[in-house]
Amino acid sequence: MAETGRLTQAARVSTPAISPVTLLRVAIILAVLAAWEFLAHSGWLYRDVVPSLLSIARALGALLTDRNYYFNLGVTAAEIGVALAIGGAAGLAVGLLLGGNRFLSRAFEPYLYYLGPTPKIIFFPVMIMWFGVGPESKVALGTLSCFFPIALNVAAGMRQIDQVLIRVGKSFRASTTQMVFKIYLPAMRHPIINGVRLGFGFALIGTLLAETKLSNKGIGFLIIQTYSVFDMPGMYAMLIVLFVLAIGANALIGKLGGLDTIKRK
Amino acid sequence: MTTAAASIRKPPGYLAPAVGLGTFVAFLVIIEVCIRIGWLNRFIIPPPSEIIGSFARLFGEEHIVRRFFLTAGECLVAGTMVTFVGITIGVLMQRYAILQRACETWVAAFASAPLVLTYPLFMVIFGRNAWTIIMMGFLSALPPVILKTIEGIASTRKVLVNVGRSFNLNETQQFWKILFPSALPTIFVGVRLGLIFALINIVGTEFLINFGGLGQLINDLAERYDLAGTYAAICFVILVSVLFFVALEKAERWLRPVD
Repeated sequence: MAETGRLTQAARVSTPAISPVTLLRVAIILAVLAAWEFLAHSGWLYRDVVPSLLSIARALGALLTDRNYYFNLGVTAAEIGVALAIGGAAGLAVGLLLGGNRFLSRAFEPYLYYLGPTPKIIFFPVMIMWFGVGPESKVALGTLSCFFPIALNVAAGMRQIDQVLIRVGKSFRASTTQMVFKIYLPAMRHPIINGVRLGFGFALIGTLLAETKLSNKGIGFLIIQTYSVFDMPGMYAMLIVLFVLAIGANALIGKLGGLDTIKRK
Repeated sequence: MTTAAASIRKPPGYLAPAVGLGTFVAFLVIIEVCIRIGWLNRFIIPPPSEIIGSFARLFGEEHIVRRFFLTAGECLVAGTMVTFVGITIGVLMQRYAILQRACETWVAAFASAPLVLTYPLFMVIFGRNAWTIIMMGFLSALPPVILKTIEGIASTRKVLVNVGRSFNLNETQQFWKILFPSALPTIFVGVRLGLIFALINIVGTEFLINFGGLGQLINDLAERYDLAGTYAAICFVILVSVLFFVALEKAERWLRPVD
């Protein structure tokens, strides 16, 4: 009995080398690629709107070996990093303040809550006026974009802290600084990381959109340049790399913050 | 986020909102004073009084109402498309478990990708016209609608499903009479999120490609260096999106069953 049990178990482990789900995924990807290639050669669309996979692969190879691309990637990464640092710090401070004080929260949080989901790119002309046409205005727009989700998440997270933890801190007569660093921040790890993850996405979009509108360096600038010279394979290559980087960074922040573990509970 | 807002509104009393509003008004007055005495450059920040004054001009000369309806129309088309396509994809993915297991992570990843950055691509495909704008709104709104549809149908209470079974409902009846009505409030959460993303991206794309309604107006005014007008138009867009957001929230609360 035990033997058969072990046997079936072994069989169960060995068979799903290629599970039906994986098969379906591969099938979908292959179907999409085949349809793409067919469309590229069909002549139904204007030439190069859907370039052949080979030319996209070639453009991708050229892009990844281009030193100029990495310079622009560095510029954009630095802009997003600075935006996330400023917007994140401001969001964290405001979130802690609003989350910890009921009166302030009722006075000011509705403004943040309702201003959060408004289009931020429309502030770009104002940012240019204030900070010039250089990277500063892109950083400013990124900062503005990521401030709201971070502040709102931190404030909401602070209100959800288990009261027991706060009472433990108080019974140890912790000072405000100690409360913030020993109780609030560790207890709010998940909402904060989630806020940073959302904030990163918004900062990325804000910065890159600003670059496509008016700039002379950065990934957004490169993308809009491929548009103006009609280098479609180049544009696809750039969008593919950008999407991979953005999705990867998003997953990485989630993983580092342990967001994938709380979902399973 | 909804619960956060609800908990803010719970205790009665008008002191806190009054302090909030008062701070805002005081801030405007301080800016106005700083500009008048020359501490702030009025060619960078126009005085708030001038911004308020230029609203009349926006309505009279810039036809902002017509532009508003143009943007609203684009949102309506994108919203209708996303509701039908998103819910259909969500229902199909929920119906065929293997499809859901294969693609759900893709949809979630798609949601975290900066989709709006594909606007140059859509400009090539559709040209510099309203379809590019509508497609940007549609694409960005799709993931939340799909994910919330799956969630809504999957979380239908077992009792309700069993009631359907005991009435011998066939699969179509089971879907239209049991699963869909029960999932509707959750689906609407997805549609609400989707419509907000759509509005943000539609106005953003209008601004970026300098075409269409409210977004283009801001670009236009900024290029003419009409500072007070630019600030007023930005305020108008923010006002519109806040009202849109509030209206959707009200609609969602109205749809949610009372527990």
